[in-house]
Amino acid sequence: MSEVLEIRNLHARTEEREILKGVNLTIRKGEVHALMGPNGAGKSTLAYVLMGHPAYEVTEGEVLLNGTNILELDPEERAHLGLFLAFQYPVAVPGVTIANFLRAALNAKRKARGEDEISVFEFRKLLMEKLRMLKMDPSFAGRYVNDGFSGGEKKRAEILQMAVLDPEFAILDETDSGLDIDALRIVAQGINALRGPERGFLIITHYKRILDHVRPDFVHVLVDGRVVRSGGPELADELEAKGYEEILRELGLATPAAV
Amino acid sequence: MATPAVDLLKELEEYKYGWRIPDVYVFKAPKGLNEDVVRQISHMKEEPEWMLEYRLKALKHFLERPMPNWGPDLSELDFDSITYYIKPAEREARSWDEVPEEIKRTFERLGIPEAEQKFLAGVGAQFESEMVYHRVKEELERLGVIFVSIEEGLKQYPELFRQYFGKVVPYTDNKFAALNAAVWSGGSFIYIPPGVKIEQPLQAYFRLNAPDIGQFERTLIIVDEGAQAHYVEGCTAPIYSTYSLHTGVIEIVVKRGARFRYTTIQNWSTNVFNLVTQRALVYGDAHMEWVDANIGSKVTMKYPSCILLEPGAHGEILSMAFARDGQVIDNGGKAIHLAPNTTSKIVSKSVSKGTGRASYRGLIRVARGAKGAKSHVVCDALLIDETSRSDTYPYIEIEEDDVTIGHEASVSRVSEEQVFYLRSRGLSEEEAVTMVVAGFIEPLVRELPMEYAVELNRLVQLEMEGSVG
Repeated sequence: MSEVLEIRNLHARTEEREILKGVNLTIRKGEVHALMGPNGAGKSTLAYVLMGHPAYEVTEGEVLLNGTNILELDPEERAHLGLFLAFQYPVAVPGVTIANFLRAALNAKRKARGEDEISVFEFRKLLMEKLRMLKMDPSFAGRYVNDGFSGGEKKRAEILQMAVLDPEFAILDETDSGLDIDALRIVAQGINALRGPERGFLIITHYKRILDHVRPDFVHVLVDGRVVRSGGPELADELEAKGYEEILRELGLATPAAV
Repeated sequence: MATPAVDLLKELEEYKYGWRIPDVYVFKAPKGLNEDVVRQISHMKEEPEWMLEYRLKALKHFLERPMPNWGPDLSELDFDSITYYIKPAEREARSWDEVPEEIKRTFERLGIPEAEQKFLAGVGAQFESEMVYHRVKEELERLGVIFVSIEEGLKQYPELFRQYFGKVVPYTDNKFAALNAAVWSGGSFIYIPPGVKIEQPLQAYFRLNAPDIGQFERTLIIVDEGAQAHYVEGCTAPIYSTYSLHTGVIEIVVKRGARFRYTTIQNWSTNVFNLVTQRALVYGDAHMEWVDANIGSKVTMKYPSCILLEPGAHGEILSMAFARDGQVIDNGGKAIHLAPNTTSKIVSKSVSKGTGRASYRGLIRVARGAKGAKSHVVCDALLIDETSRSDTYPYIEIEEDDVTIGHEASVSRVSEEQVFYLRSRGLSEEEAVTMVVAGFIEPLVRELPMEYAVELNRLVQLEMEGSVG
């Protein structure tokens, strides 16, 4: 089995308009890909479409997770296969503790994979271990999911969920947005702690600054629903130095602002 | 994909208490309500003359009084098609072995004797119109705790009984209080002596079995000064295509410095009209709490009340309603402040699903002179789908200037974003919605003893099963 997430000629739209216009991207386990691009390029749409958000319709293309086309699957089935999305705007679920939520999520995944449910005791051990690894206070697990969290806490909670659910491929949608420098560093440390040969990452970001902490293997530029350039980590530096407009001019593309 | 028939089956399966046993009784009154029925009940209970007179006065009031002109539609309720009294056994037992076999098996299936062993201080079990079992732990009996059926209360403690019976909820209070006063049967009589603190809950369990029956339990609880206790009632019934009626009256007196909590987990089948009056008189520095969870019934009207009589009295009402297709649950609470520095809190959580309608109806009243009274009301409604509905009727009557009153209300819908977020972590749509609902009622569930919290969560899960997608 090829351990790879392949996005092939992906087209997707909302009721109003087409947003993704043929995205191609291949992520292997162990690799960290950064997807950069100006506002409105379709970065978050790509994240949502990969996870199966009902607001988007896929009109063409396929997404293969270890060879399985996941586009026909429900979001939870994609999660069971090892896909994870860290949300740009994590949603609050008042009254449900992070611990209870994660245990239910982990057990749903295990059940779907034909594995036994994790015992309360074993789960507690696992959760505490991940909290320690991410240098988070154990009391965090007793708080209600994203309810009254600061921006930084929400993003750290996403990283904690990723650590517990142990996905094969993780999509991080602007996990750096809205974080101050300290919070950014903490979140980046968390991502680095989870980086390894068993996991592939797609880090979606507008700014280069998170890539100073999490060094990517590949960088891609998404413009108007297509990947227009790919390269190594140096591409991020180039983008930072020149700005999106300059890069687009070089590629002979109109800037979104000019459209 | 499930067919409508499969969905229907699943619907029926969802209510796990809908089974029945063949009718068991030693006496059954003819259908309908008249003076003869009332006299028969009183005669069979060997009551003193004053009680028979009281019942007959109440009957007259019931017959004369019009139906309430507010609240849910009760037009399908036919008073003539109901059996008002069914005596299931010759006498009330003090040990499960003495309970008639079929009835005992019913309560075993409901897990009552097991719960009694594990975590209860005392248990009462009512089948149809009568308590068939009542028992309190011996060490509590030695401390002077009384926990018997209401009939035994009248027989054994006539003075204490008469001092309070009908004083908290007079039969003139409302039409259904009058009905209960006329035909009451079963329920508990509880007295907790001064300073006695009971840690484990006392529980009463109410079971209806026969069709077209009315259950009219009457409970009187006196918590003497500085005492402390917790009473829990649960109820279930088989599913019939015809309607049954449950009309209870609960009277509670919480004396100075005492603390009392009354918890209801109402899970009647969806053919039961549940029209209940619950009220507590709360004396100085005493603390009364109603925890009221309503899952079942066709129609529920229930507004537990605290009358705060003396300075420092505190009343709390936590109410939860979950209305599914066709159910109307109209509940809430009342806090009546009659003395200075009295405080109250009402928290209501209603969940409506399908065509279900769960509403909050409540009253805060502060009488002139009740200076420094404080009250806070929070009512939150959660709608699960487009067709569900919730209404809020908050009534506030303030006759005093020096008061602090707060009211917060919110209505929310289970959002697509919440559901997608939870599904992206591996939960099914149904599990996701159930989790949002469980979180919504968490502030109330948290207040329950662990065993009941688990039970309530399980009930909510059952209600949600097969309901999404």
